[in-house]
Amino acid sequence: MTNQFSVKRGQSGVGFALTWSGIALLVMVAISLPFWGESSWLHDFVEIGCHFIFALMWNLLAGYGGMVSIGQQAFLGLGAYTMLSLGNFYDFNPFWAIPLSGLVAALVSVPVSKVAFRLQGGYFAIGTWVIAEVFRLTLANIPAVGGGSGTTLTALRGIDKFTRESTTYWIALLCVVGSLALVYFFLRSKRGLALLAIRDNEVAAESQGIAVGRMKLAVYAVAAFGAGIAGALYFVGNLRISPDAAFSVNWTAFAIFMVVIGGTGTLEGPLVGTLIFWLLSKSFSDYGSWYLLGLGLLAIVTTIYFKQGLWGYVQQRWGWALFPTQRRIEFHDQPH
Amino acid sequence: MTTPILSTQALKAFYGDAQALFGIDFELAESEVVAIIGANGAGKSTFLKALTGLVKASPNEVRWRGQAIGGQSAHEIVRLGLALVPEGRRLFPSLSVEENLLLGAQAQRSGPWNLARVQALFPILKEKRHLPATSLSGGQQQMVAIGRALMSNPEVLLCDELSLGLAPIVIREIYQALPQICAEGMGVVIVEQDVSLAQKISTRLYCFQEGRVTLQGPSAALTRDQISQAYFGI
Amino acid sequence: MDILIQGILLGSLYALFALGLSLMFGVMRLTNTAHGDFIILGAFGALGAMACGLSPWLSALLVLPMAWLVGYGLQKTVLNQTLGKDPVPSLVVTFGISIVIQNALLEIFSADPRSIDSGGLNTLSLNLGGDLSVGVLPVLILGLALCATLFLQWLFSSTAMGRAFRAVSDDPEIAALMGLNSKTVYAQATGLAFLLVALAGVLQGMRTTVSPADGPMLLLFSFEAVIMGGMGSFWGTLAGGLLLGMTQQLGFRWDPGWGIWCGHVVFLTLLVLKPQGLFPKTK
Repeated sequence: MTNQFSVKRGQSGVGFALTWSGIALLVMVAISLPFWGESSWLHDFVEIGCHFIFALMWNLLAGYGGMVSIGQQAFLGLGAYTMLSLGNFYDFNPFWAIPLSGLVAALVSVPVSKVAFRLQGGYFAIGTWVIAEVFRLTLANIPAVGGGSGTTLTALRGIDKFTRESTTYWIALLCVVGSLALVYFFLRSKRGLALLAIRDNEVAAESQGIAVGRMKLAVYAVAAFGAGIAGALYFVGNLRISPDAAFSVNWTAFAIFMVVIGGTGTLEGPLVGTLIFWLLSKSFSDYGSWYLLGLGLLAIVTTIYFKQGLWGYVQQRWGWALFPTQRRIEFHDQPH
Repeated sequence: MTTPILSTQALKAFYGDAQALFGIDFELAESEVVAIIGANGAGKSTFLKALTGLVKASPNEVRWRGQAIGGQSAHEIVRLGLALVPEGRRLFPSLSVEENLLLGAQAQRSGPWNLARVQALFPILKEKRHLPATSLSGGQQQMVAIGRALMSNPEVLLCDELSLGLAPIVIREIYQALPQICAEGMGVVIVEQDVSLAQKISTRLYCFQEGRVTLQGPSAALTRDQISQAYFGI
Repeated sequence: MDILIQGILLGSLYALFALGLSLMFGVMRLTNTAHGDFIILGAFGALGAMACGLSPWLSALLVLPMAWLVGYGLQKTVLNQTLGKDPVPSLVVTFGISIVIQNALLEIFSADPRSIDSGGLNTLSLNLGGDLSVGVLPVLILGLALCATLFLQWLFSSTAMGRAFRAVSDDPEIAALMGLNSKTVYAQATGLAFLLVALAGVLQGMRTTVSPADGPMLLLFSFEAVIMGGMGSFWGTLAGGLLLGMTQQLGFRWDPGWGIWCGHVVFLTLLVLKPQGLFPKTK
């Protein structure tokens, strides 16, 4: 007595087409920004874009991979310092160094995972923080890159401000769109489904033939790759680097905030969260500690009372989905 | 009967969206021994969990001496005098045999049962009292579980599949203790897979099938055919 | 030799930091990311009381029961809601609490490092014969760490409360059948943990300076002590703390910039070689 059925992904029809044309328009406007926008807007976008990429990667690791890490900043800082070293010591073009830094971070994440994966759950989270601290302290003790007080990126000295800023901006735009696309298509693929299975029940997933260990490592490496790129990109925009800035736990704190407010385990969540975070920081960052205190309280309240975050709430209430990754079963013999 | 000590009216139970019990009517008089039989998945364990507060029920669905207790938390219900020997024993691995028993007295109800008396009922528990509870054999663990429930001096004892996974000779040893348990007038509800055993030890019997009561009556009077029909639903 | 003694004395304070973390994780599998910040909060609590005119020792004494209440209340109202299979809620909430505490302290007390006036206790020293002399305060801390470990060990193995902690940690559902309200038991555990945390904070404030941003580092030290020592064992936590203290002291002597780094690296190495720690509780 088997019903005929097919597996459908996401919405279909007019809503879908409208959403995607709206996005395409937005992207085209964004590309043209350097020609009519102010320099500070470009800089802001690069900064918030890096935070967003980092948050997206944290969400991939935690919300989808089930691994909550408070130490992803290790790879962000590593990517940043890789870019800096290539630029300052080998005259390597920092723009080209960005993807390379991501690669280096991903490669380093493999031996790091051998240590980190010894721990689970809450202890895994803190363990990754320890590792990040080791990275930070190591670099703070290397005089060649400025030790504790940091140094400046000299490799871009020869380029004029407009070219430098707009190239940085376009690369940031590319990275943001690229990382969104990467994660979106990954989650829609069979591997994405496998990841969700692992998140829900590791033992059951293993019994279904999913190589849990390899998947977790793959996700960890991809997240490190994204973090490395974000780090390199950020300090190309910033030009000044220091261990405290590159390896600050605030990167993770903000990422957690953005993801939790927006909604863990969804793709739109970090987008919504980043937007809210950016708006809040624009309006309230003058208030210093009070602003941060408010962020902390907001994160606590959202976690307890709005478990799915703002976007998750909206998704449940009205069924919206910008980047649909859910799968529905449609039975052929039922009228609909 | 006069107000039963324990009763349910149209008891429903859910695990998330899945319904496990579809309106169970049940009564237990003081000092009575009632058996519940049924196939796996019939809802017997769920029923005991609903009685003890581990599964949510509506207030009027479960009554203790006529008072609505449905929906109360487990740690409150045990203080009324209702104790459960859970399916699969569920002893505390971090505690020794004696500590498991002592924990049973946490509800601090007065009555005839104490550590010495439980150890007299099952002497092996005294012998192995300092060992980790989960290092004992299946039958011995079952004794610990029963003793632990007795330590709360209940007026009604619920037993969920005492014989699960045990050899016949061990099952016999455990059920031999039943008369001593009931000596002071404790009511007992026994969920049992073994139908003839259930009939032998109880005065009344209920049969569950897919979350409903399909048969009830005096244990001695029910025939093989009646039970088979009710058990399998054919 | 002197390094070893200094290491042991430093390590005993780390052990005191870590016992509260070990307790909370043992009973309810909760990782309190704000653990270090609560230690600092304890120190600032005493400072606050002193600012109101109380003597240092009276302030310290007052902070302890207050800490118990804060822990009990926090667990009952906020943390109990984060418990469950998913580690994310408890991590995010405690992380949020960490940020709230750090910034609140920053606003109230400013970023300046302060210390608690112990009435000269931190300058007194004991002569152990020959060239060896140790501070009285560090020896007191060692004594307190030993007492705390003994107390927790005794509590868990020989008292009804300890049995309740272990039962609720094993199987909260069946513990409820015994009459234990797991929510209340968790709150009692957190209250006790916070008591230890406040004590450790006050001692830290006496031994050296404290500032609002110190919390995270103390969290990492506590965590390393617990893991290195082996989970589920209070003596293990003590041993882990001592090991960490000794490692850091050795690192400091080698090169002041690498002291803490050494501690981290030894921890990570031990994690790879012996992930269950030095003295894991055998189940």
